[in-house]
Amino acid sequence: MIAFWIVALFALVGALVVVLHRNPVYSALGLVLTLFQVAVLFALLDAPLLALLQVMVYAGAIVVLFLFVIMLLSLEPEKRLAAPFPVAVAGLVLAATLGFGLVVSGTLPLRSGVPSRLPADFGSPESLATNLFTKHQLPFELTSVLLLVAVVGAVVLARRRS
Amino acid sequence: MEVFFSLAKIVVAFVIILQLTLLLLWVERKGSALIQDRVGANRANLFGGLLPFNLGIVNTWMADPLKLFHKEDIVPTEADHFLHWLAPFVAIVPLFVTFAVIPFGDVLRVGGYTIDLVAAPIPASVLFVLAMASLAVYGVVIGGWASNSRYSFLGGVRGTAQMISYELALSLSIVSVVLTFGTFDLQEIARAQGQLIWGVIPAWGVFYQPVALILLFIAGMAESKRAPFDLPEAESEIVAGFFTEYSGSKLSVFMMADFVEIGIVAALVTTLFFGGWQVPWLGREGFQFPGGFAIALPSLVVTLLQFVAFLVKLFVFCWLQILVRWSLPRMRYDHLMAFGWKRLLPLGLVNVGLTAVLVLLFDGWTVK
Amino acid sequence: MEPYAALMASFVLCGIVAAVMVCASWILGPKNPTPTKLEIFETGNPPMGSLRGMRFPVKFYLVAIFFVVFDVEVVFLYPWALIFRQLGWAGLVEMAIFMAILGAGLAYVWQVGALEWD
Repeated sequence: MIAFWIVALFALVGALVVVLHRNPVYSALGLVLTLFQVAVLFALLDAPLLALLQVMVYAGAIVVLFLFVIMLLSLEPEKRLAAPFPVAVAGLVLAATLGFGLVVSGTLPLRSGVPSRLPADFGSPESLATNLFTKHQLPFELTSVLLLVAVVGAVVLARRRS
Repeated sequence: MEVFFSLAKIVVAFVIILQLTLLLLWVERKGSALIQDRVGANRANLFGGLLPFNLGIVNTWMADPLKLFHKEDIVPTEADHFLHWLAPFVAIVPLFVTFAVIPFGDVLRVGGYTIDLVAAPIPASVLFVLAMASLAVYGVVIGGWASNSRYSFLGGVRGTAQMISYELALSLSIVSVVLTFGTFDLQEIARAQGQLIWGVIPAWGVFYQPVALILLFIAGMAESKRAPFDLPEAESEIVAGFFTEYSGSKLSVFMMADFVEIGIVAALVTTLFFGGWQVPWLGREGFQFPGGFAIALPSLVVTLLQFVAFLVKLFVFCWLQILVRWSLPRMRYDHLMAFGWKRLLPLGLVNVGLTAVLVLLFDGWTVK
Repeated sequence: MEPYAALMASFVLCGIVAAVMVCASWILGPKNPTPTKLEIFETGNPPMGSLRGMRFPVKFYLVAIFFVVFDVEVVFLYPWALIFRQLGWAGLVEMAIFMAILGAGLAYVWQVGALEWD
């Protein structure tokens, strides 16, 4: 439980850096911190495979891509912009609604469908793999199509310029 | 007591890698001198030349780190100060931690306790090694960017592109090992290699996965950014790459990270392909030779032998990498990328497919 | 001790030692900065312009995208490899389809020359 609060604190700090820091490189690194802490949370919740894959894919690959894009565009630290009044209000309302929803869903009792005792192998790499490759074959196969589209799209966009 | 043993294991794992890096520093200097027909690394000596021989080991073991730690720490005015400090730290911590999941022995039986000789016995340790290796990119990219120098930046970008390209081959070689052994646990993989093929040959991974071994070795060397893959720090083109603007102990930490990565590659090669801590025909009760001949040994001696075997293997593969480094010239960048994407990646994919088919056809072919 | 607690302890130990090593020469070393010393290195000349604003080839960005895509592919391979023996031939076919689709992607990238570095 103590571990949870420490990890959650770091995750929040990272998230705040992402949103508030004016230098995009710092934001990307804040994102790494948050993603890493979320991975630790997964590990604390008995999902080691998910935790490690989170680090590998998000922290190890996707944020590297973000950093490359930031450097490619050589983004300057952004100027502080005053948002127009309606936009600011809309953002505030949206954030408040989301926050309220999160608090409510966090305090409500669990749905009755969730068993109070989890199976012994819950979250283990084996059970995750078995679920993925026996019950969710179609989404798994469709993922490859999605990735294919990503590759082709990237090549087409990069080629158009040259 | 349990907690004490756990902490002791963590310290042992950390001391292994720390001492290994210092030793490698000397081996690298003395070894390169041998290869290039120089004397090399023979200046500092502990007892003022009273010893009849001077290998220079004292030189690098103590004098080199001490000298670097006493140099001035320079942060360029135009650099991003916070990230400049952060980069070496980020570069080395994930690499250090990796050694916590490498098994360095079977079990140690002391006073009724049975201790599993791996510092942090987490279930998916192979993936942990890969995850930490993928975080090692940040030291390079942050260091390159924070220095605000063109050379650093080019080195950082080059280094990142190279590391991510070769990470795929690394991952694929590990996938085929996981296919062979059916587990993510390095300790279980090491234990499985204690069996015998046809009752004679130790069932080491190298006999099942020779292609994966080559892939892992090449990709691992590319990850550690050393010649022939040292383009991120190609001194004839971009001064010193991503650590051009570093000095003193921060520079030494970056260089140390290279050595730690060599150690990690050696540890992976040892554990996945050469039986880890296994000594051929040595079981928990002593030697069991194929002819039926056996020598009984106390449990403590067995554990000690296995620990020494692990260290010896680890060192041999470190030495092999240093040998390669001083033998081969640097690659050209386009060749480097082409080699990673057009040779290693397809080879890794084919190897995974082939392994899968072979496992299904002859399940007895592999250890279960 | 829990394996994860051991891992955490390991993180803490490595973090402390690494921090000490990084800061060592700031603590032990001399400090006499001069303006020339604090300049960034540019073959001995005064540096020209700023790095911020410098651009680099789109190739690197493409490599990063390819890496993300194929890394996700490899990530699916891990759990598959773990339970491969239970899945049997069905698992092989399943993965073969997945790999074939992504293999087509690799072939396309290769064919259009996006892997060429010139």
